[in-house]
Amino acid sequence: MSTVLQARAVRKSFGHTEVLSGIDLDVTSGETVVVLGPSGSGKSTFLRCINLLESLDAGRITVDGRDVGYDVRNGRLHELSPNEIARRRRDIGMVFQQFNLFPHMTALENIIEAPIAVLGEGRREATARAVELLAEVGLAGREKAYPRQLSGGQQQRVAIARALAMRPKLMLFDEPTSALDPELVGEVLATMKRLASAGLTMVVVTHEISFAREAADRVVFMDAGQVVEQGTPEQVIDNPQHERTRTFLSRFL
Amino acid sequence: MATTVRDAPAAGLELDVRNAAHRKHPWRWLSAFIVLVFAAQLVKMLVTNENFGWDVVWSWLRAESIVRGLGITLMLTVVAMVIGVVLGVLLAVCRISANPLLRGAAGLYIWFFRGTPTLVQLIFFYNLSALLPKLNLGIPFGPVFASVDTNTLITPLLAAILGLGLNEGAYMAEIVRGGLLSVDPGQREAGQALGMKNSRIMKRVILPQAMRFIVPPTGNQVISMVKATALVSVIALSDLLYTAQSIYNRTFETIPMLIVVCLWYLAVTSVLYVVQSFIERHYSRGARHQTPSFWDFLRIRPKGVAA
Repeated sequence: MSTVLQARAVRKSFGHTEVLSGIDLDVTSGETVVVLGPSGSGKSTFLRCINLLESLDAGRITVDGRDVGYDVRNGRLHELSPNEIARRRRDIGMVFQQFNLFPHMTALENIIEAPIAVLGEGRREATARAVELLAEVGLAGREKAYPRQLSGGQQQRVAIARALAMRPKLMLFDEPTSALDPELVGEVLATMKRLASAGLTMVVVTHEISFAREAADRVVFMDAGQVVEQGTPEQVIDNPQHERTRTFLSRFL
Repeated sequence: MATTVRDAPAAGLELDVRNAAHRKHPWRWLSAFIVLVFAAQLVKMLVTNENFGWDVVWSWLRAESIVRGLGITLMLTVVAMVIGVVLGVLLAVCRISANPLLRGAAGLYIWFFRGTPTLVQLIFFYNLSALLPKLNLGIPFGPVFASVDTNTLITPLLAAILGLGLNEGAYMAEIVRGGLLSVDPGQREAGQALGMKNSRIMKRVILPQAMRFIVPPTGNQVISMVKATALVSVIALSDLLYTAQSIYNRTFETIPMLIVVCLWYLAVTSVLYVVQSFIERHYSRGARHQTPSFWDFLRIRPKGVAA
């Protein structure tokens, strides 16, 4: 099992508030890691640091052995240009809380945009794959729908298909069901469970304890910018060792 | 069939809003009457007042000198707007860039050109030679590579183009910046997360969405520009207004000539209005509120409004 993600002593502050106070985390290929924690614990910020939507103040994150924003030359890290960073982000898919679909493009156009622009795929090839992906997330036949014509759950599934179209080595999910009506949460989680069992490497920030229990290989509990404890769902959810984890989980019982 | 449905009371329902009496609108009838009276007055004046000189209007409307003046007006509008839009996009990008020097310089430019009257700027450029007799290209305090006499370079036409174009750039910058800022930052992040380059994100994701907010005010700017070109008559550039003025200074047919000018400005702005509505419709793809079709004004009852 090769290491896909390696984070070491990651620190990040916004102004005078330290949001991440030294995060260490390893994710191996094919693993599904669910990050739990109260609001403001820094879990979303950590996720955004992985693909450099937020810069780190200290520490190091490598994906597939490479820093997303830096090159190693002469034993020192050198900042990369924006275009280089863009090239390194293509292997890291991300699904956002607010979907962030492109509203002026149809579902199909949303999915084929990056494969054509970034990977240089042909339109025909990209379209064929987009149709397959839409079917995979349960939206066969909705190619021509604009995001506004879809429900929240459908939009989020298009967003998942859009990220998958880049054939990512690592997928990041930033509270993917938090903006959804309760009755639409299930369809998105079911899609994610299928991806997890298909062997996709995933880091999922969520409040869905049931998803963590059913789909996670490992659960990481974060609080106040630190990893408090981690382990299998049984260890962390059913038998938490730390008081802070117990307090957090008791709210979901 | 329809009437039977309408008249048949629902089961067990004696009173039904479907069969309610409609409200009367006496004030609508009164206001319609008042408007009609004024309209009749206006028509009577247009037809019977000989000072309009409709025959003079008609004979000058397509006169060669007037059409040439119109050509100058249209050319000025197009050139000044092109300069304004290009400059506006550049300034807007500077205004939101991370470089504080660029931000400050763009802000200063916008402050100056929006803060002084266009008319003053035009006269200023026209008289530039009084400030700078020679324009030099070289290194400050160092050698001069090329030098040109300001009076030969800045013709009235160039003064007009500079005055109107540089001024327009300041307004367009604010319009473009507003449009760019109106796009949700999540759109940019989604593009970044997909590995798209910044230039591609701007072109494919941000600008198409910003255009919905940029096009309507830009249409207004074009229409304003058509009319603002009339200012150049003060620096003796023979646009539509200046041409008409030089004719009525000779013939004293002031009102008919001004009517000729108004008719041409109205014709041009009407065409622009139609073009703008088509462009707006193009950029409303996927939007919640579809821009209504231009032809909708022909409908008696607007679509989507209950009768």
